[in-house]
Amino acid sequence: MKAFAALLDRLVYTPSRNAKLRLLADYFRRTPDPDRGWALAALTGSLNFPNAKAGAIRELAREQTDEVLFALSYDYVGDLAETTALLWQTQGDAEPPGLADVVETLRQAGRTEVRGLVAGWLDGLDATGRWALLKLITGGLRIGVSARLARVALGQAFDTAVEEIEEIWHAVDPPYGALFAWLADGAGKPDVAGRPTFRPFMLAHPLEERADLDPADWLVEWKWDGIRVQLAARGGERRLYSRTGDDISGAFPDVLAAMDFDGVLDGELLVRDPASPDSSDPGSADPASFNALQQRLNRKTVSKKMLAAHPAYVVAYDILFDGAADLRVLTLEDRRGRLEAFVARHDHPDIELSALLDAPDWESVAALQAEARRLGREGLMLKRRDSLYEPGRKTGLWFKWKRDPLTADAVLMYAQRGHGRRSSFYSDYTFGVWRGGELVPVGKAYFGFTDAELAQLDKWVRNHTVNRFGPVREVEKRLVFEVAFDSIHTSPRHKSGLAMRFPRIARIRWDKPAAEADRIEALEAMV
Amino acid sequence: MAGLRPEDWLKATERGLWCAPADLYIDPVRAVERAVVTHGHADHARPGNGRVLATPETLAIMQARYGDAAARQAQPLAYGETLDLGGVTVRLVPAGHVLGSAQVVLEHGGQRIVVSGDYKRRRDPTCPAFEPVACDVFVTEATFALPVFRHPDDAGEIASLLASVALFPERAHLVGAYGLGKAQRTIRLIREAGWDRPLYLHGALQALCDLYEAHGIDLGPLEPAAGRDRAAFAGEIVLAPPGSLSDRWSRRLPDPVTAMASGWMRVRQRAKQRGVELPLIISDHADWDELTATLEEVGAPEVWVTHGREEALVHWAARRGIRARALSLIGREDEDE
Repeated sequence: MKAFAALLDRLVYTPSRNAKLRLLADYFRRTPDPDRGWALAALTGSLNFPNAKAGAIRELAREQTDEVLFALSYDYVGDLAETTALLWQTQGDAEPPGLADVVETLRQAGRTEVRGLVAGWLDGLDATGRWALLKLITGGLRIGVSARLARVALGQAFDTAVEEIEEIWHAVDPPYGALFAWLADGAGKPDVAGRPTFRPFMLAHPLEERADLDPADWLVEWKWDGIRVQLAARGGERRLYSRTGDDISGAFPDVLAAMDFDGVLDGELLVRDPASPDSSDPGSADPASFNALQQRLNRKTVSKKMLAAHPAYVVAYDILFDGAADLRVLTLEDRRGRLEAFVARHDHPDIELSALLDAPDWESVAALQAEARRLGREGLMLKRRDSLYEPGRKTGLWFKWKRDPLTADAVLMYAQRGHGRRSSFYSDYTFGVWRGGELVPVGKAYFGFTDAELAQLDKWVRNHTVNRFGPVREVEKRLVFEVAFDSIHTSPRHKSGLAMRFPRIARIRWDKPAAEADRIEALEAMV
Repeated sequence: MAGLRPEDWLKATERGLWCAPADLYIDPVRAVERAVVTHGHADHARPGNGRVLATPETLAIMQARYGDAAARQAQPLAYGETLDLGGVTVRLVPAGHVLGSAQVVLEHGGQRIVVSGDYKRRRDPTCPAFEPVACDVFVTEATFALPVFRHPDDAGEIASLLASVALFPERAHLVGAYGLGKAQRTIRLIREAGWDRPLYLHGALQALCDLYEAHGIDLGPLEPAAGRDRAAFAGEIVLAPPGSLSDRWSRRLPDPVTAMASGWMRVRQRAKQRGVELPLIISDHADWDELTATLEEVGAPEVWVTHGREEALVHWAARRGIRARALSLIGREDEDE
């Protein structure tokens, strides 16, 4: 428990991705089984103790001190697990519990036993250990580590490509004895045949230089404005995976219901707009906006109402497996034939085929790209006809050509210190546009400029500060940014009523007077 | 002097605590004619006073910080010596906070009041330990007066610093430490953990480190951080005042791991707000257990609380039958201790 607590404690404070990976990899190498396996399960959100409730923790905390001191303490610290960990008065000389011991015992424990067990463990730990224990058992570590990052660290720890780990991830279970036996001890790779495991996605590079591409070598399709998903159905089991390899099946029972097949497809998850006039013919209707899709994301379960308001479906791009046959070794052109046959055979309204676009020359490709925004597409995909399905981002095989961003001229209002390497720089900028004679914030961006520009901006912020609020400085309203963003949506949570998607600083307009920046009406027209 | 109450001869005024018969202010926040200063931190020791009574170490610190403005007339009073001022006996007793820090023991009309200044009870290799003095009124700070503040063993904190240096050998470790006391104590603790390489200092820390050395506290090899090549800091430990941690000064270091030595690091949100990557819970103020143990030890039937989380300490004392109240002195802040 001590090593796990030290790891969590360190991760909480570490902003840099590389430093997090180092800390995690170091832990996985040094820690014996099964502790490291349980730690991996905790980090990837694969642990759940239904009988351990926050209420029990609160009761334990209140017994540590009187009501007034508890209230003052909780108010000061602001987090129940942390307050409890700090308030705890150790009784006697308990031995510190092991991580595996805690997890294995708690999984078996009944609701009435939990309190006594936890109290005994807390007695054996120091404040950091107690905090980690309480975070572990009440779920939701919130330490800035995604499941994917934990797997990348695992790969780094044992010199194995993360794609190899991802392939078997959903076929191994905590505490991952077979996984560590393979990675650390040279045992055979766990066998995943016949299981609907995740297969790493093939990804695209942004299209930058296109002059030397021959359109005849490429298949062109829309880049749909949803989220990339993988549909895996094998041996009667069905799973839906996100691009990061997370199992999101629970949130999309409608998609799962449509997966009455045996194979693995790559596609785009979209939602329909039931109010749309042509929704009676699902095949021809355009999907609802990304904003509508967002209502369905990041949920563990989904209500009937939500299913009816935002029904999900998939546009299939590619096929990885047809039954047990691994098609990733075929060329795209061959896979396309198999995909068309597969979708036709399956014949379900919620699994559509991504249409190939007719683009014999660059002019027609460019014309399609120019149409993308009007049609609500994110852009174009260009894929080499002879490309095999290779995990990761391979050079020269697949390209994405996104629709041109929208731009607006906005005025810098606030600047905030960055994190890690940028902690001495004011690098996060909140900008606004005019509503009448007043500026209203419309977004925040922290990239799009060079290091040299960052140094200039930092200096400008320091020299034009009018107010300080902790790490934030309010500045004179006179510097204009040309802000680029993918799209803009209404948002009741923002004062301006608008929220930008993917905003970035396209240009710093040192020359432009603030009074000439955009007005809110111009942005509202872009929604 | 039947009927004399403590508040008749020691009063909270807007200039600070004032001992009327001696016309003596304790740690005055504005310039006065006669002051006694408990220790050299800037919110206790201010420049411009007339006659200043303090330990020789505190006077040396004030001299180093303020030069001629330290006092018109400095009056050293070593630990244990006594002085009579207008019928009040004044004595200074170690407070264990920083070099030279003292409690002020005042006796008058058969009553004894102890003004403890800032203090801690745990071992500090850079100053003598706090000595509890039985008294009628104990005046205490309350910086960390919540039961969530129980400072861990400082050797463990230093061990986590050195473990991090081993894990990130290509990065510098930048430790924020208050310039008077915390910096020197942290350096001593690093030395005790066996680190004998040079430690690199922000310029603002140099003078007080020299002063500590002149008072016989061996800090080992110290080098200025200025004028050194970026790459030369890889794997090294650099100390700077807290205010310089995430300011432009730190850009001279290669991707530093930002650490901070402070009791505030106990609360995660406080550490994160400061952008600290490696919090080191090292405090020069008493934690909850030290505060409550001290109140029990000095046995005063009455306690006055100067600054910090007064409400919690007053509540605790009241539940034990101690008459306790908050003085609400102005000019005392939660320092970057």
